Amino acid sequence: MNFDDTAEEAAFRTKVRSWIDENAPKHLEAQLRRAGFASSGGTTIEDSKAWQKKKYDAGYACPSWPKEYGGGGLSPIERVIWSQEEGPYAVLSGLFTIGVGMCGPTVMAWASEEQKRDLLPKLASGEHVWCQLFSEPASGSDLAGLRTRAERTTDGSGDWIINGQKIWTSGAHRSDYGILITRTDPTLPKHKGLTMFFLSMKSPGVEVRPIKQANGDSAFNEVYFTDVRIPDSQRLGAVNQGWEVSLTTLMNERLSIGSGMPTGFPELFDFCMNLQTEDGPAVNDRAVRSRLAGYAAKASGLKYTGMRAISALSKGETPGPENSIGKLVAGAMMQDLAMYALDLQGEAGVLADPAQAAAGARFQAMLLRSPATRVEGGTDEVLRNIIAERVLGLPGDIRVDKDVPFKDIPTSGRAKA
Amino acid sequence: MNFDFSPEQKQLRDQARRFLADKCPPAAVRAVLEGSHTHDAALWRGLGEMGFLGAAIPEEYGGVGLGHLELCVIAEEIGRALAPVPIASSIYLTAEALMLAGGEAQKQAWLPKLASGEAIGAFALGEGVGRVTEASIRATVSGGKLSGRKAPVADGEIADVAVVAAREGGKVSLFLVDLNGPGVTRETVTSIDPTRGQAVLVFADAPAERIGAVGDGWRLASEVMDRAAILMAFEQVGGADRALEMGRDYALERMAFGRQIGSFQAIKHMLADMYVAATLARSNAFYGAWALSTNAAELPVAAATARVSATEAFQLCAKNNIQVHGGMGFTWAFDCHLFYRRSNALALALGSKSTWEDLLIDRLRQRNEAAA
Ligand SMILES: Cc1cc2nc3c(=O)[nH]c(=O)nc-3n(C[C@H](O)[C@H](O)[C@H](O)COP(=O)(O)OP(=O)(O)OC[C@H]3O[C@@H](n4cnc5c(N)ncnc54)[C@H](O)[C@@H]3O)c2cc1C
Repeated sequence: MNFDDTAEEAAFRTKVRSWIDENAPKHLEAQLRRAGFASSGGTTIEDSKAWQKKKYDAGYACPSWPKEYGGGGLSPIERVIWSQEEGPYAVLSGLFTIGVGMCGPTVMAWASEEQKRDLLPKLASGEHVWCQLFSEPASGSDLAGLRTRAERTTDGSGDWIINGQKIWTSGAHRSDYGILITRTDPTLPKHKGLTMFFLSMKSPGVEVRPIKQANGDSAFNEVYFTDVRIPDSQRLGAVNQGWEVSLTTLMNERLSIGSGMPTGFPELFDFCMNLQTEDGPAVNDRAVRSRLAGYAAKASGLKYTGMRAISALSKGETPGPENSIGKLVAGAMMQDLAMYALDLQGEAGVLADPAQAAAGARFQAMLLRSPATRVEGGTDEVLRNIIAERVLGLPGDIRVDKDVPFKDIPTSGRAKA
Repeated sequence: MNFDFSPEQKQLRDQARRFLADKCPPAAVRAVLEGSHTHDAALWRGLGEMGFLGAAIPEEYGGVGLGHLELCVIAEEIGRALAPVPIASSIYLTAEALMLAGGEAQKQAWLPKLASGEAIGAFALGEGVGRVTEASIRATVSGGKLSGRKAPVADGEIADVAVVAAREGGKVSLFLVDLNGPGVTRETVTSIDPTRGQAVLVFADAPAERIGAVGDGWRLASEVMDRAAILMAFEQVGGADRALEMGRDYALERMAFGRQIGSFQAIKHMLADMYVAATLARSNAFYGAWALSTNAAELPVAAATARVSATEAFQLCAKNNIQVHGGMGFTWAFDCHLFYRRSNALALALGSKSTWEDLLIDRLRQRNEAAA
């Protein structure tokens, strides 16, 4: 039980540190450190792409990918050391998270060798931004209920024609490529008739419409497909094997451990140290201390749960299912913590102007963004189901639609007259 | 980096688990609950013979000389089995206090007996209702004689020796008192968890030897309690895990409305939340174990974190385990209440949760100020 680097790990850390020292965009540092929750602190896409390209050239963009696909060929533990050292500059990589974390691994697992050598280095270098076209208006948690159709052309080319709609697609408006899950056979039960593709977002018939979010930003979109043609060579996996392919994507989400979800605790603690009340700093108050201690224990628990997973990885073991708890704990905690921070600010907690509000309006931004964390990438309820079923071995929910041909599944919750 | 127990430590855990499954089944815990004794003497001797009690005590003082990581592993198993033994009082507190600050003769006299289980130690700080603070210590020592009243003292009825906080010349110091000597009266008091006894100790000119420097008592006691808090956190994590398993098993077995109750989401999600709390607590306990075994500067932060997290997890798992069991969970015959009782008793031992929350914030603040 120790936190010390081995000699090789220490040498790698030194190397990474001096590389970052020489290459990082230092002129952005102050801005990035101030960057509020889920924001880029006013840095631009060009800033992001420039840093990504530099990292790529040095093998740090996708540290643990094989070199032939644009990676650095580094070990999992080296990847973790890299991300510990990257510090505030990691904010610049937000643009590529979905591509690098989810689309890339899916392409790596299912595309042809030629496609992998062509697509992955450009994804890694930040030349191409990717998005994930999974959720639809009628299928989020119940992803396998999706309706976007892919039908073979009759012209003998083997090409596919896509019609339908995706929704909540993060970054689609800035993306060059996407991975797209479609329904190819509605006569089969819902999980059995799906097929995965990748496509250029510039393909004729693709229309991206930004959605204005509850917090006022527009990071996600609706994406409409009208007779979009995709060559069969861009299919990932066999026809009707799409569900299995999608699991590669979703599992990789969980594997990106050790990166550590923010919880807001260090910021709240600082805030309470500095907030003056009639009885001195807020942190002197019993009630505040009790609340802070609860958050501190959770944040620490998440940190060391991550450490346990990294240890398992470094020993060549598969990290246990305890990693599914990260987003569940961090999401709800962040929301609760933001509400508490505003409460401590009194009536002025209502202000969201960074120039006027306490702590640069960081907690107001967190309040308004945090509901999304409890929904995106699996809702709190879906995550609890996963823990209950896969970790604790409890029975699955009753699924009345599992073995029914997709076309016969009812589509409205209201009883027919 | 390696944030895990070693293969040898995991073997030790398996060995302790097998030993306790054999020697401390629920019936043994129940025998103490329902009988007239406050601990299981045969089990206690067995733990001593196996070397479990002396795991962290050096060989020169009759221990096994393994270390604190090994003691953490054992503590978790003690917690899982709800072992009705005075290990916290005797090993986590008394032996730790002696190892930290005892004189050579004091160590020679008591550590071998504590390691073997032949003698039992108690740690007597509090004197009544309310938070224990330095100012709340009223017992006095003068001319090597202790007078005062300590309550509650865990395992006070069966202990042979106690570490007692008292004032000498106005300053709080720690003292070692032979409880079988003159001037000591004890009274067992009913508690929420009869499987770990509580007593009132009254001292009237009882001979007392100081441990550590004059006036260093409160600082020493805090240091001892930090170390004990980490070991206790492992007990709590062990108990939390077992309560979660019981709940899970019952949810798979019990049928209602033609289905396993474990197929209702309200039950599934309650169990998932128990798992989350237990996992966070385990990770924080690991952090504590690391700090304890390396004497890290972070030990005070790690101890308070582990303590707060483990208290929360064990209380949650124990109370929800009753909920999952329905009416059956509220019967004397089912074991759920044993966990409920223990979780709430351990939540108060060493100082209540709100006390540790306060400590945690003080310490985080000191750490931040030191870093600034
Ligand atoms: C900020 C943000 C970014 C996103 N980015 C992307 C993206 O890039 N690509 C993409 O494909 N998708 C994306 N999503 C979509 C996201 O994956 C879905 O919103 C999510 O899976 C939930 O689906 P839904 O919105 O259809 O809600 P629903 O599934 O309709 O859920 C509504 C409510 O019902 C509950 N519920 C549903 N099923 C169950 C069940 N079995 N048991 C108990 N409760 C249940 C849910 O927990 C929720 O509370 C994003 C979402 C957000 C908020």
